[in-house]
Amino acid sequence: MSSTLYDTPGPVTRRRTLYGSIAGGALILIVLGVAAARLASKGAFDGELWQVLTVPAIQRLLLRGLLATLEAAGIAMLLAMLLGALLAVGALSRRAWLRRPVSLWVEFFRGVPLLLLILFGYLGLPQAGLDISTYWALVTGLTLYNSAIISEIFRAGILSLPRGQSEAAEAIGLRRAQVLRIVLIPQAIRLMLPALISQGVTLLKDTSLGFVISYSELLRNGRGVVEYLGGRFSIPVYTAIAVVYIGTCAGLSWVARWTDRRMSARYGKTVTAPSEVTAGAAPD
Amino acid sequence: MNAVIENLPLFWEGFQRTLALTVVSSVLALMLGTVLATFRVSPVPTLRAAGTGYVETVRNTPLTLVFFFVVFVLPQLDIGLSYFTSAVIALSVYHAAFFCEAVRSGINSVSAGQLEAARSIGLTFGQSLNLIVLPQAFRTVIPPLINVVIALTKNTSIASAFGVVELTSVTFRLVNLNGNAAIPLMLASAAFYLVITVPAGRLAGVVERRVAIAR
Repeated sequence: MSSTLYDTPGPVTRRRTLYGSIAGGALILIVLGVAAARLASKGAFDGELWQVLTVPAIQRLLLRGLLATLEAAGIAMLLAMLLGALLAVGALSRRAWLRRPVSLWVEFFRGVPLLLLILFGYLGLPQAGLDISTYWALVTGLTLYNSAIISEIFRAGILSLPRGQSEAAEAIGLRRAQVLRIVLIPQAIRLMLPALISQGVTLLKDTSLGFVISYSELLRNGRGVVEYLGGRFSIPVYTAIAVVYIGTCAGLSWVARWTDRRMSARYGKTVTAPSEVTAGAAPD
Repeated sequence: MNAVIENLPLFWEGFQRTLALTVVSSVLALMLGTVLATFRVSPVPTLRAAGTGYVETVRNTPLTLVFFFVVFVLPQLDIGLSYFTSAVIALSVYHAAFFCEAVRSGINSVSAGQLEAARSIGLTFGQSLNLIVLPQAFRTVIPPLINVVIALTKNTSIASAFGVVELTSVTFRLVNLNGNAAIPLMLASAAFYLVITVPAGRLAGVVERRVAIAR
């Protein structure tokens, strides 16, 4: 909350706030109540409907989906970080012939939809004679897309360090690569850790696009369950999936905010992910 | 290359659909997001909690799952919507959370002196928010808002999986029909997206440097 917006309230304002609170709460309860009544009238709260979530076969299917989601997200994050680091080194290079193509790469992959890149892996690469599984199509798309964003995070992290650091390192005779490796990267990594974690959250959420190319991740498996059991069961199954996603992502976002607080308290202002909608770690 | 030129009219139609989705959803999401942001900074605890709850829930849910709820769950409650309307609802609901956070960080960037001055001349909370804070906040907040619009533009592509015939959907169909021209067709589609996102990104950069007031 922002404390600058209002003075410390006196007794009259406190009473008014209380009334406002009650009125606002009542309004929200009415909205939720109408929604709940609608849901109840369609039998959305029937125990029998929600019991599907206790069926072991369904639980196993959803769990397998979750593992597939986490696996694709983990590998894609790793590859995107490797590629992003290479791109960042290119972007920071003093040679124009290295900088130009890198900035084109970043601009291109930041500007096109992720889904188009995933479809490129799924439909385009087989045309080029590279027949890959849906898993690798998804990972390829996620890696290409996130490499651009992560390289920007890396670059911002390195540039946020005081100039004196690289000047001092060069003054004692380190080569450019050594300056980066020994002096700049170890310091910058702390400043970009929160942004990297929140980009990881975004990547994890984006893994759900694997649904479009039938990669059997959490959402696809949930859809399979609903198609098998009937549309009525979409309510419990998708709610369960939402809870899993929200739990995982909120947990990771919390870690991002926690590292952000720690790192900015110790080492100064951290880097925010550039020009991207990220979950968590929002600048307050 | 021929496949691209022959199908330019189809691409153009898809592009218009993408543009329509972007504009309508951006306007709705910005309105909802601004309301949520005022909730989040309001002195009333229940409204604050409601705003925070909305943002935290939506921000941690994949957009695809939001589409699932609108497209597959709402019909179960006898709420039948067209594909386009469903897509607009899903995109607006999702991006409202991000617009809210952008506006809120803008509100928090207005300096305390402005508000103290507003209060000292006797403006109420609503007046000082409407007359003093929001007009200033919107200026600092323009670059982040543009960035949310860019993300929204790219995310309209997800509507292709839920029946809306927009740019990505057109691309998908054309690639299925002309398999050997897959890569040129996809590059053409990418070019259409870049026509929106790259200038918008540049604009955000320019505004960030020039128009926005440094505080």
